[in-house]
Amino acid sequence: MTVERIYVFKKFERFWHWSQALLIIFMLLTGFEVHGSYHLFGFADAVAMHTVAAWTLVGLWVFAIFWHFTTGEWKQYLPTTEKVVAMIRFYSVGIFQGAPHPYRPTVLKKHNPLQRLAYLGVLLFIGPLLWITGWFYLFFGDWKAWGVDGLLSLEWVAFFHTAGAFMMLAFLIAHIYLTTTGHTPLSHIKAMITGWEEVD
Amino acid sequence: MCGATLVLTTSLGLAVAKAVESDAQNAAAAGRMSTADHSKFPELDRVFKTGPEVTQACLICHTEAARQVQHTKHWTWQSKDPKTGQVRGKKNIINNYCTAVVSNEKDCMACHAGYGWKDQSFDFSVQKNVDCLICHDGTGTYRKLPGYSGHPVYKRVEFPHGSGKFVEAVDLRKVAQSIQLPTRSNCGSCHFFGGGANGAKHGDMDSSLQHPGRYLDVHMDEKGLNFSCTTCHATKRHEITGSRYNIEAARTGEAAIRGKSDENPAACQACHSNKPHHQARLDQHTDHIACQTCHIPEFARNDIGTELSWDWSKATTMGPDGKRMVRKDSAGRRAFDSQKGEWKWESYVIPEYRWFNGTSTYKVIGDKIDPSKPVQLSEVGGGPEDPESRIWPTKVHRGKQPYDTVNMTLTVQHTGGEDSTALWHNYDWQKAIGTGMKAAGLPYSGKFDFVETELTWPITHMVAPKQDALSCEQCHSKNGRLKDIEGIYMPARDGSRWLDIIGWALALLTLIGVVVHGAIRVVNSRKAG
Repeated sequence: MTVERIYVFKKFERFWHWSQALLIIFMLLTGFEVHGSYHLFGFADAVAMHTVAAWTLVGLWVFAIFWHFTTGEWKQYLPTTEKVVAMIRFYSVGIFQGAPHPYRPTVLKKHNPLQRLAYLGVLLFIGPLLWITGWFYLFFGDWKAWGVDGLLSLEWVAFFHTAGAFMMLAFLIAHIYLTTTGHTPLSHIKAMITGWEEVD
Repeated sequence: MCGATLVLTTSLGLAVAKAVESDAQNAAAAGRMSTADHSKFPELDRVFKTGPEVTQACLICHTEAARQVQHTKHWTWQSKDPKTGQVRGKKNIINNYCTAVVSNEKDCMACHAGYGWKDQSFDFSVQKNVDCLICHDGTGTYRKLPGYSGHPVYKRVEFPHGSGKFVEAVDLRKVAQSIQLPTRSNCGSCHFFGGGANGAKHGDMDSSLQHPGRYLDVHMDEKGLNFSCTTCHATKRHEITGSRYNIEAARTGEAAIRGKSDENPAACQACHSNKPHHQARLDQHTDHIACQTCHIPEFARNDIGTELSWDWSKATTMGPDGKRMVRKDSAGRRAFDSQKGEWKWESYVIPEYRWFNGTSTYKVIGDKIDPSKPVQLSEVGGGPEDPESRIWPTKVHRGKQPYDTVNMTLTVQHTGGEDSTALWHNYDWQKAIGTGMKAAGLPYSGKFDFVETELTWPITHMVAPKQDALSCEQCHSKNGRLKDIEGIYMPARDGSRWLDIIGWALALLTLIGVVVHGAIRVVNSRKAG
C-alpha cells in the first residue's frame, strides 16, 4: 500500500481552525460557568472573558468568511448525498474490520460527505443559533432602544444560547474523536497542523 | 439657609460637592461656614426660661421660619401619599416598635420638632411652639426626654425615674448662641434612636454615623467626603427632601444640577446618574436593580446593630419577685423588659430583597386586619412588570402586638406615663388598651389577643465603598442574595432544568459513543495485528 501526501489545508485555514478551536473550547468553559454549571474563574471574570472571546471570534469569522469567498473554498461545504451511505457503513462496520476508507480527499474535495454535512450543520445551524442569541444576550440593555423588549425574553434567549452550546459540545467531542479515524490515528491532526494529509 | 447648603445648591454634582465637603472637616464647620455668628446677636444674649421663648427670639430675624416648619412632616407628623391618597405619617400609622403615638404624646413628642404636643388638643398653628433648637443646636447639650411633651428639661431631673442618674437643666442661652446648620448629630438625635434605642428602628442609621469611617459610609466618612445628612437631603424652606414616605425608587437619566426645584437631590442618581459605572454591563443592571442593592451589602455594619423583632406579647411578664425584669443580650442591647416585651437584635444584617416602586402602604389607626397571617404594617409596592420598580434591599422587622379580636383592628395602647392606666406603670393590658382606644376614638370590644406583624422598610444609608459592593456571584448563583426574587431571568441562577438534563445527556452519550467506538477499534486492530 502506497502512502501519498497531498496538501489539503492552507496556512490561513489552519490558523483559522486552531484559533477557532481554542476560542470555542474557551467559550464553552466560560459559558457554562456563566450558565451556573460550576465555579472556575468566578462569574465576573467568566462573563468578561466569554465576551472578549466572542468578539475575537467575530473578528476571526470576518476574515474567514472573506477568505472562503475570495478563494472559492466555500464550495467545500456544499452538501452531497454521494457516498453518504458508504460513509455511514464505514464508520459503523468497516472501520472495525480494517476496511479501506470509502472516501479519498483531494485538494478540491477535502471533506468527506459526512464531514460536509456536519460542518454545514455547524456553520448554518449551531453557529447562527449561538451568534444570534449571543448577540441579543450581549446587548440585553439595548433591547428597549431597539424596540424588541416586548418580543424577546432573556429567559428564552438564554435557553437557545445554552441549547446551542450543548450541541457545540457534542459536536466537539465527536469531532475530536473522528480525527483519529484517518490513515493513522494522528494523521488527520498532523494534516491540520502541517497542511499535508497522508492518504492510502 | 446659608453656608454649605447654599454653595451646594449652585454646584454641579458630585465633584463640586466633594470639594465643598472636604472643607467641612468636622461638625463645627457647619457653624463656621455661616455668615452669621449667633453668639454676637444681642437678641440671644439673655436668659430664656423655655424653648418657646427662644423660638420667639429666632422669629425676630427668621420671620418665615416657623411657618415653613409648620408645613413639613417634622411638624405635622402626617403625610398623604400622592398616588394612593392614603394619609400616613407618624401621627396616624401603627408601627412595629412603640406601636402608636396617640395617648403617648408626652413621651413620643421628645422627637417632635415642637413644644407642648401632649394630647389631641395640640394647636398646630402656634409659631412659638416650633422647636428650632433640636435641629440647630451646636452645643450637643440640648436634649428632649420622654415625658415632657417635646420640651427640654428646664430643671435638673432624675432620668430614668428611680435610676439615680440625673439630666442637667438645659442652658438655653448657650444653645441659642450656638445655632448652626444641622449636623449629623442634630438629625441623629432623633433619627438614630427611633424605636427607643440606638439603631433599633432603621438599621441603616445609628449613632455610629456621627463619626463614621469610610467602611461604614463612603459619603459621610469623616476623614473623606464628610457629608452631612443635608448634603443629600438638601433643604429649601425647611422642607427636607427624600422622605421614606415618597421614595423615588427608579430614577433614570443624567445627574441633575443641584438646586433644580423639581429634582429630588436625595436619590443616588441625582449626583451619579443612572449609568454611573463606565461599564455597559453594570450600567444595564440599573434598569432592574436599585443602587442600594449592590452598594449596601449589609446594614447595621457595627456592634450597635439593629432590632429585628419586638414581641409585645411577652410584656407584663414579671420577674420571679413579681417586679419588673430587664435583660440585655450579649452585646448589651435590650433583650427583654417586663414593660415592653422581648427583642431580637442583629449586626451586619443581610437585607431582604423586594421589588419596590417607591410607594409603601401603611396600616393606619383603625384599619381592619386579617389576623390569620402576619399583618403588613408597612408594605412595599411594585413588581417585576412595573417599569417604576427596582429590586431594593429592605429591613423587615417582625413583631407581635395586640389587636381587638372582635373589631379586627390593631389596638392603640397607652404605654408611657406614670398614671393609673399606663402599661409601663401598671402592667395591665386591659387598662392600657382601654385608655389608648378611647384617646384614638376607636371602639374597643374588651377582648384582645396578639397578632404577628411585619414592617418592611427600604434600606438606603450606610453606602459602602465600591470595593465592598456585592460581587457578581453574590446574586448570580443558585443560592444567592436574590434567590427569591421572581419575574426576572438571572444568568447562573436560572435556567431550564430539562435543557440541562438533555444537554448534558447528549454530551455524555456522545462521549460514551466515541469511547466505545474507539475501544472496539483498538480491540479489533489488536486481533487483526
